[in-house]
Amino acid sequence: MTQFQSKLLDEIKRIISDQRRVLWEEHDLYSYSFDASFGTYLPDVVVQPVTTDEVVKLVKFANQYKIPITPRGHSTCLSGGPLPVQGGIVCDMSKMNQKLLIDEEDLVAIVSPGVLTSQIHKAAEEKGLMYPPDPSSSGVSTIGGNLAENSGGPRGLKYGVTKDYVIGLEVVTPEGEVIRTGGRTVKNVTGYDLTKLIVGSEGTLGIITEAILRLIPKPPASETLMAIFDDLVDSGRAISKVLSSGILPSKLELMDQASIAAVENYEPCGLPTDAEAILLIEVDGHPHAVADEIASVREICKQVGAREIRMAKNDKERQELWKARKLVSPAIAKIKPTKISEDATVPRSKIPDMFKRLKEIRAKYNIDLVVFGHAGDGNLHPNIIADKRDKEEMRRVEQAVSEIFAAAIELGGTLSGEHGIGTMKAPFMEMELGTVGLEMMRRIKKAWDPNNIMNPGKIFPEPGQKLVLTDE
Amino acid sequence: MNKTETVENKLTDLKKTLAYYETFSCVQCGYCLPACPTYQTMGKETHSPRGRINLVKMTAEGKLTNLNLLADSIDKCLGCRACETACPTGVRYGKIYESAKSLLHLREEESSPSKGWKNILLHSVIPNKKRLNRLANFVWFYQKSGLQKIARHSGFLRLLPNHLGEFEALLPTLPSPVERAKRPVRFPAQGKPKYRVAFFTGCVMDAIFEKINRLSMQLLQKAGCEVVMIEGETCCGALHAHTGDLETAKQLAKQNITAFEQAANREPLDFIVNNAGGCGAMLIEYDHLFRGDPEWEPRARTFVEKTRDISQVLTMTGPLPIVKQTNQKKEVVTYQRSCHMTNVQKVTKEPLQLIRSIPGIELREMENPDKCCGSAGIYNIVNYNESMDILDDKMSTVKNTGATTIITTNPGCLLQMKMGIIREGLQDKVRAVHLVELLAEACGIEI
Ligand SMILES: Cc1cc2nc3c(=O)[nH]c(=O)nc-3n(C[C@H](O)[C@H](O)[C@H](O)COP(=O)(O)OP(=O)(O)OC[C@H]3O[C@@H](n4cnc5c(N)ncnc54)[C@H](O)[C@@H]3O)c2cc1C
Ligand code: SF4
Ligand code: SF4
Repeated sequence: MTQFQSKLLDEIKRIISDQRRVLWEEHDLYSYSFDASFGTYLPDVVVQPVTTDEVVKLVKFANQYKIPITPRGHSTCLSGGPLPVQGGIVCDMSKMNQKLLIDEEDLVAIVSPGVLTSQIHKAAEEKGLMYPPDPSSSGVSTIGGNLAENSGGPRGLKYGVTKDYVIGLEVVTPEGEVIRTGGRTVKNVTGYDLTKLIVGSEGTLGIITEAILRLIPKPPASETLMAIFDDLVDSGRAISKVLSSGILPSKLELMDQASIAAVENYEPCGLPTDAEAILLIEVDGHPHAVADEIASVREICKQVGAREIRMAKNDKERQELWKARKLVSPAIAKIKPTKISEDATVPRSKIPDMFKRLKEIRAKYNIDLVVFGHAGDGNLHPNIIADKRDKEEMRRVEQAVSEIFAAAIELGGTLSGEHGIGTMKAPFMEMELGTVGLEMMRRIKKAWDPNNIMNPGKIFPEPGQKLVLTDE
Repeated sequence: MNKTETVENKLTDLKKTLAYYETFSCVQCGYCLPACPTYQTMGKETHSPRGRINLVKMTAEGKLTNLNLLADSIDKCLGCRACETACPTGVRYGKIYESAKSLLHLREEESSPSKGWKNILLHSVIPNKKRLNRLANFVWFYQKSGLQKIARHSGFLRLLPNHLGEFEALLPTLPSPVERAKRPVRFPAQGKPKYRVAFFTGCVMDAIFEKINRLSMQLLQKAGCEVVMIEGETCCGALHAHTGDLETAKQLAKQNITAFEQAANREPLDFIVNNAGGCGAMLIEYDHLFRGDPEWEPRARTFVEKTRDISQVLTMTGPLPIVKQTNQKKEVVTYQRSCHMTNVQKVTKEPLQLIRSIPGIELREMENPDKCCGSAGIYNIVNYNESMDILDDKMSTVKNTGATTIITTNPGCLLQMKMGIIREGLQDKVRAVHLVELLAEACGIEI
C-alpha cells in the first residue's frame, strides 16, 4: 500500500461504512483502469457509493485535499471519459441503482444514476410508454453515463438524444454541495439552464445522483425495409429525398460495401457483397400512417435506383433485417482486433461529400476503414480496424483519425455526435470551437470546479497534447 | 528436463502459458457484465468477465505480478461461460479462463505439491471407477446401516470441512452393490430400431445418480435406440480442466476416445449419448483440447461429431411413448438450464420441446433462466459463500414462478437446486428432478 493510499483509506473508510465498497488492492485498481477506448490509468482507490450523502462526503473530502475524483458508470465510454488519468479516486456509480420510478401521470421517470438504460426502456414499455434514447450499448450503459455523454442512438433522427429527455437533475457539485436543476415540468425557464449544461459535461462539472426523464407514449406500430444500392451516391440521394418528402423515419441506418462484406464473411445473411450500400429504414407511428409512409419510402428508393428492396412482413422478418446491422460490429472485429470507432458528424446534405473524403483517407493511409451507422442524422460511424500491437500501423491510424476530424469540421460538422471528447478528442477541441469558444468553456469549468478535482484531464487539451493510440 | 524446471519456465514465460493473444479480441465493451452472475453478486469489475480478461492480460504483460491477486479473480469465476454467449465480438473466454487456471494450478503444484482433499478427490477418486464405486457402496452402507442417522444426530457432520456436511443431506438414496452389479451392459431397442448408441455413464453421475443413468438408458431404449455401454470409459475430465489440470484432462480424454474407438470397431455406433450438461460440454470440446496435435486432434474430432446430449437424441427419435394421464391436476414446472449445455453445447431447444410434450405440465420460465445456479463443478464446495449468494438469487426467481418441480439437466445443478430447496425451507412443496426423471415418469418407466 502506498503512503498516499493509507492516508486516503482511513478517511474514506470513515465515510463509506461498508468496507467492501472501498477497493484498493492492485487487481481491483487494474480492473477500474480502462474503458472501451484507449489507455490504462491506475486510480489510487475505487469507491462505490450508494447514497447521495456518501457522494457528498466523498467529494468534500476530495476537494479539501485536492484529490482527483473521476465518476464512472459501466466504463463503456469510447472516448476515455471514465479513465482516472491523474490517479486519485474512481467513484463507481453503478451500485447506486435503487430508484426507478415511472410516473404515468406526469409522464416522467425518476432514476438513480446506476440504473441501466435498458431497464428504463423496459419499465417504460410496461406502462405503454417509451424512453427514446437508445444507444447500442443500452444493455450495459448506465443512465448516469448516458447523461454525462449526452448519448444518442438510431432513434436520434426522429426523437433526438438524451438531452432532449432530461428535465431535472440532482447533482453533487465539485465542492460537495447538492443542487437540483430543472424539475418535473417540461416547460421551465427559471434562470440559466443548468440541466443542459450538466448533460454532456462528461463528469467534469459534478456527479449526477438522480435524474428526472421525460417519457412519451409508445408508438403503436412500425415497419422496416431494406434497400440495396449499386452506387453509394444513389443511397445518399435516397436519404435526402426521403427526408425532404415529409416523412421522418424513426431509424435510417447505412452499411457500406466493406461492412456488408464483413458481415457476409462472418455470418452469411444473404446480402449481396457487390452492392455499394445498404439502407435500413424504419418508420413508426399510427398503423395507417405507417403503412402509407413505408410505401412512399419504397417508391422513393425505387425511383432513385435501388437495385432491390426487401420489406419485412412481420416481427420476425423485421428482426432478420436488423440482424445484418447488428452483426457489423462483431464482424469487423474479426478482421483485426483493434477497433477505433469514430463518430464525426456532418450536416445531412454533406453526407455524400463526407463519404468521398473518407474514401480518400482510406486510400491515402492504407487503412481498413468501414462506414456504417446513423446516416439519417449525419452521424456516420467511420470505424478503423487495426492491430494495437502494430506500432507503425497505429501511427498511420492516428494521422487518418486526425484527418477525419478535420474533414468533418470543414464540412460544417462536429468532432463527436455522441461518444464525447474525453481524452481522445481533446487535442482537436480548438479546431472546432476556436480559441475564444474553448476559453469560455474553460472559464465555466473553473467557476464550477476551482480546485480542478472533478475528472481532471478531460475535454480540455494540455498544451501540445496529441492523439495517441498506442499504450507506450 | 525435469518437472520443476518446466513449471518454472511456464511460470516465467507468461505470455505463452496464458492465452495472451486471445485477450486482444476483447474490446472492453462491457456487454458481458449484465450476464455474469459473479459480477452481479460480488459487485466489482474484478469479478466480471471483462475484468478477468484484463487481469490475465496484465499478468501476461508482467504488470500484475502478484498471482494471489489473479487467483482471487479467477478462482471466483464459475466457468459458466454466460459471458461468451453475451459477447458481441466472440471472445473465447473459456480459453483465457482455462489458461489462467492452468497457470495457477502450476503455481500451486510448485508451492505445495500436497495432497489436499481437492487433490485426492480429483486425482485418486474421480478418474478411478473402482474407487468411485467403492465410495458409492460405502455411501449405500452409510445410508442403510443407521450410520447416517447417528451422524446426523451427533452433530458430527457439522465438523466436516467446506460445509460438506450440508451436501451430505442432498445425496439421493443409492442402489445397493448387488443392484449396481446387475445393470445390463446392453439395452435392446424397443419397437423399430432407429439408432445404436453408446451411453457415456460419467463418473460422479454413475456413482451418485446411477438411477438417472439407468432411466436414461431405458428411455433411449423405449425411444427405439439400442444402448451399449463403453467398456473402459472414464471421467470426462471437466473438473480437472476447470481446476487447471489440463494434463490429467488430456489423459482422461485419450482414454475415453480410445475406449469409444474400440467399441465402434466392434459394431457401428451412431452417437455417444450423455445426460450431464457439464460432461457433454467437455466431451464436445475434446478437439480443442488437442488442437495442433496431429494424432489426437482428428481422433478427438470424430468423437466430438458423434457426441450428443440425451435430449437431442430423444427429439430425433420422434414423440416419446407417453402414458401419463392428462386429467390430473396441472403440475407447474420451471427449467433451470445447465450453463454448459446452453453456452458451450448450445443445446437449448430440445429440452424445452421435450418438457412441453408432456401433457398435464405447465412450464413457467423464471426470470433470467440462463443464469448459473452457482454449482459449477466443485465451485459450491470451494467457494461456498459466493455460491450460496448466487443460489439465493436464483431461488428467489424460482419461487416467483410458483413451480412445484424444478427441472435440471446436469447432476451438479440438480444437487444445487436440492440445496436451494432446503435453504428456502420448501422441502414439502417443491422437488428438483433431472429432465430424464420427469420424462421417465411420463413414460411410465420405473426401476
Ligand atoms: C459497443 C458500444 C456501442 C456504443 N454505442 C453507442 C451509441 O449507439 N450511442 C452512444 O451515444 N454511445 C455509444 N457508446 C458509448 C457509451 O456506451 C456511452 O457513452 C455511454 O453513455 C456510457 O455509459 P457508461 O455507464 O458506460 O459510462 P462510463 O463510460 O463509465 O462514463 C462515461 C462518462 O460519464 C461520466 N459519468 C458516469 N457516471 C456519471 C455520473 N453519475 N455523474 C457524472 N458523470 C458520470 C464519466 O466520468 C465519463 O466521463 C457505445 C459504446 C460501446 C462500447
Ligand atoms: S464464466 Fe460465468 S462467472 Fe466466469 S466470467 Fe464468464 S459469466 Fe462470469
Ligand atoms: S462482451 Fe466480449 S468484448 Fe465486450 S468486454 Fe465482454 S468479453 Fe470483452
